[in-house]
Amino acid sequence: MSLTAILLQQLANGLILGSFYALVALGYSMVYGVIKLLNFAHGDLYMVGAFAGFGSLSLFSGWLGAGWAGIVPSILLSMLAVGMLGVAIDRVAYRPLREAPKLSVLITALAVSMLLENTVLAATGGQFTAFSTDLGFAGIDIGLVHVTYTQMVLVGTSVVLMVVLELFVSRTRYGRAMRAIAIDQDACRLMGIDVNRTIALTFFIGSALAAASGVLAGVYYGSINFFMGFLIGLKAFTAAVIGGIGNIPGAMLGGLLLGLLEAFGTQIPGIGGQWKDVFVFAFLILFLVFRPTGLLGKPVVERM
Amino acid sequence: MSVAPALAVARSPRGTVVSAALIVVALAIPLVANSYALEVLSEAWFYVLLCLGLNIVVGYAGLLDLGYAAFFAVGAYTAGLVTLKLGLSFWFSLPLAVVAASIAGVVIGGPTLRLRSDYLAIVTLGFGEMVRITVRNLAVTGGASGLVGISRPYLFGYKLDTIASYYYIFLALALLAVAASHRLEHSRIGRAWKYVRSDEDAARAMGINHAAVKLSAYVLGAIFAAIGGCFYAAKMTAIAPETFTFNQSLLILLGVVLGGRGKIPGVILGALVVVVAPELFRDIGSLRMLVFALCLLLIMLLRPAGIWPERWRWG
Repeated sequence: MSLTAILLQQLANGLILGSFYALVALGYSMVYGVIKLLNFAHGDLYMVGAFAGFGSLSLFSGWLGAGWAGIVPSILLSMLAVGMLGVAIDRVAYRPLREAPKLSVLITALAVSMLLENTVLAATGGQFTAFSTDLGFAGIDIGLVHVTYTQMVLVGTSVVLMVVLELFVSRTRYGRAMRAIAIDQDACRLMGIDVNRTIALTFFIGSALAAASGVLAGVYYGSINFFMGFLIGLKAFTAAVIGGIGNIPGAMLGGLLLGLLEAFGTQIPGIGGQWKDVFVFAFLILFLVFRPTGLLGKPVVERM
Repeated sequence: MSVAPALAVARSPRGTVVSAALIVVALAIPLVANSYALEVLSEAWFYVLLCLGLNIVVGYAGLLDLGYAAFFAVGAYTAGLVTLKLGLSFWFSLPLAVVAASIAGVVIGGPTLRLRSDYLAIVTLGFGEMVRITVRNLAVTGGASGLVGISRPYLFGYKLDTIASYYYIFLALALLAVAASHRLEHSRIGRAWKYVRSDEDAARAMGINHAAVKLSAYVLGAIFAAIGGCFYAAKMTAIAPETFTFNQSLLILLGVVLGGRGKIPGVILGALVVVVAPELFRDIGSLRMLVFALCLLLIMLLRPAGIWPERWRWG
């Protein structure tokens, strides 16, 4: 392959990877923005979403086939199920600790993450589960690169979900309530906003987005396992920090940038694929040193 | 050995008697126990050291460190490289490991701790992975198979090559860690850690440099793990990257949180539970982490300060 073709190919890979990261980062960033909680379980919701999607696809494929006709309802069902799981987690684990010190809530989030991961591990026996679909390699040639329709649908779905979310948060009553809670919970309560319900809604949306990303990743990579959420959780956080945590366009930008960075980073001579994760975390640390507020973020002040 | 300062932890005369009795029992165990029991108990003392180190970060300073195993790896690999690649005595690895862990601690903690301290949790998680992937990829650290054939050290002309000798080494290290933790907790810096933990803004208003105070806790914790790592390498004679996974960091954290963060006896209890419980309930086998996760969640919801809590209210 010529250099241009390699670069174009990596551009396509980077954008796809980036849209997975961006979808996960959105939920991370939203929850962080609203209640200042680093939800460690977020990456695991992505993993649970992939398994829920796998389960519902096996249900639907008998009758709708394993093409998009079966995949789209599976994505929706998985988003609904994982969204409700997210709400349940908030209700059981996080809400009782709303006023507790940050450290307690962080450790609880970690416990939830371990619980989800190990439950799926126990259920699947730690095996990789093949996620087979009937999507072919048909597509169009753009210049020197073959882009499949699947890849285009993946990126398209991510972009649509992100735009809808941005509109939801910036234009609707519920979005306004979320932004208000991010600023001052007590004042919101005095203004008659149902704080707990709004937070539950935030968890629902964030978890549903993670689930959508998980199913899409399963469709794209063709296999899922209990551990798939761990690294992506870390990377989604990195993406959120790069973009400016708590900022929705920032999370998208950060996710896409990180995807591209990873795709091109592995092409630099001397940095093989096995260094890719080291590369990403080094980038996170550099960002925290030189631009801790991220590309689109406002200066952060630790709450008084 | 460091029996006297360890005894000083107990503030009441009764506490002193109980601690002294427990130390005597711990010293006498190798006379009666079989090698399996000694193996488990050595590991338990080793975890006491690691948990007390992490307790400085999590318990005293109130920071969440999810990459603690990385510093343990720094110590173990320093010992491995010093003895295998440089051909020096094991004892040279201790100061080198302390220096390496301090540098790593400042590089990771320095930029992060000035920001929101919850960033530290996830940055340390990334750091833990970075260290593990790096030692797996480098040729000098032996790649995925790690370093093999680390020579056993000599102490006072006596070669440390029996399980009983490592039992005593780790017991001594655990007692030293208890003594050091106790001294640190009641020193000026210990009070500063707790002040920053309970009210960072008030502490800053009183002239405490919050970033430096948090960084000192993070680096001191790292040093405990690095020293432990050196002796771990000497005991095992072989180290591999997969010892230093995220699950390892989680187990150490679990010991601190289950027992009672910020309280030395609580942390010791937690470390013992984390090591001994899986041995007692072997049947759960692969479900070990699931059970631990449930315990952790229940502890956080029902008894957030741990089984044997510190008097300070964690809320």
